[in-house]
Amino acid sequence: MTVRGYHLAQLNVARPVASLDDPVMADFVGGLARLNALADNAPGFVWRLQDDDGDATALRPFGPDLMVNMSVWTSIELLREYVYRSAHLDLLRRRREFFVHAPSEVYTVLWWVPAAHLPTVDEAWQRLETLRTQGPGPDAFTFRAPFPPPGGAVAGPSSVAARSDGRRTRGSVLG
Amino acid sequence: MATYRLGGVTGPEQLEPDLGALGALADRSRRAVYRVVCEAGAEAVSRDDVAAALGVGRTLAAFHLDKLVDAGLLEVSFARRTGRAGPGAGRTAKLYRRSATEHTVTVPPRAYHRVAELLAEAVERTAADATLFAVARERGRAQARAQAPARDRPRRARQARQAGIDDLVRALTEDGYEPVAGPDTVMLRNCPFHLLAEQFPPLVCGMNLALVEGLVQGLGVTGWSAATDPVPGHCCVRISKSNQD
Repeated sequence: MTVRGYHLAQLNVARPVASLDDPVMADFVGGLARLNALADNAPGFVWRLQDDDGDATALRPFGPDLMVNMSVWTSIELLREYVYRSAHLDLLRRRREFFVHAPSEVYTVLWWVPAAHLPTVDEAWQRLETLRTQGPGPDAFTFRAPFPPPGGAVAGPSSVAARSDGRRTRGSVLG
Repeated sequence: MATYRLGGVTGPEQLEPDLGALGALADRSRRAVYRVVCEAGAEAVSRDDVAAALGVGRTLAAFHLDKLVDAGLLEVSFARRTGRAGPGAGRTAKLYRRSATEHTVTVPPRAYHRVAELLAEAVERTAADATLFAVARERGRAQARAQAPARDRPRRARQARQAGIDDLVRALTEDGYEPVAGPDTVMLRNCPFHLLAEQFPPLVCGMNLALVEGLVQGLGVTGWSAATDPVPGHCCVRISKSNQD
């Protein structure tokens, strides 16, 4: 569902188990260019955070150990297609090999932005904080507990999560 | 979009509609019609296709098809069918395909889906993915051993491999994957874990891959391997020939 005027923004933070030049990270690093190209050409893709090298692995706005991945899409369904129904799924399957997981941590957040607006990392961090402290809501949510854009109704496949008790739900991407 | 009822139980309120839907399959010839539609997979079929497949009249085929639609087991679409000659060519046809809505009836009421959901959430939170994958791989191998003991295997490598592929297709069919075997690949048309896979994709798709890998290895299908390959309307796993030998 595309709601005129709003795009979906996504932030994912991840703590690699080792430095990126360590052999345990080789499959992640080696697959990055292909997955980024896949995203760039995926239906619904609008924008992603990147530096001159074409990815965001060297950008560490939240500390030297925390990698970020931030992008904007036209709808939650199309982001979902890329994340879970493309070659990207195989990276997610192996997420625990590459990234540290703390049970109490929140790693992923989704939120709506006006279509003309590209989110900043500070803004994204605020959304992650909102999800961390308040659980999923219209301002910060997850795939499993989605919320509609302002003035819209969300028709996501995760309606079960939306109708559940609204308690804190952890990020479901690399989380 | 499919509606979730994961976590639901066949309580009194849900029993009626689910029993009504499944009751439509009690008739043997209607069940045959349903099977023909399911076997066509993502491709919708017409009453003529069904009539031809079963060797029955198109009126009878249409009668059963429409009963299955009323029960919510099939979905209808209308499309102009191209590439056909003769009467009816170019006309808009009523087409049928399997509905994505799931129906479960258990008596007495049981809620195993609900348990699965809680366990998945717990594995997710504790990041125990690797343990789940290891368990699934062991299960796949154990299932293979139970199905096809090694002593029954033909001696020659080629025959053994073909017997392994036949066993694999049989096991996958039995487990609800609806496999379609080609010369170099086995595609899986159905995900037996669909709702859970939608909710916990990395976890459940990873588990599924490990389960299938265990089966492939346990059945001794040498030179073939399973990999993640999400294709719309299919299971996320594809089994294919990995090398020439």
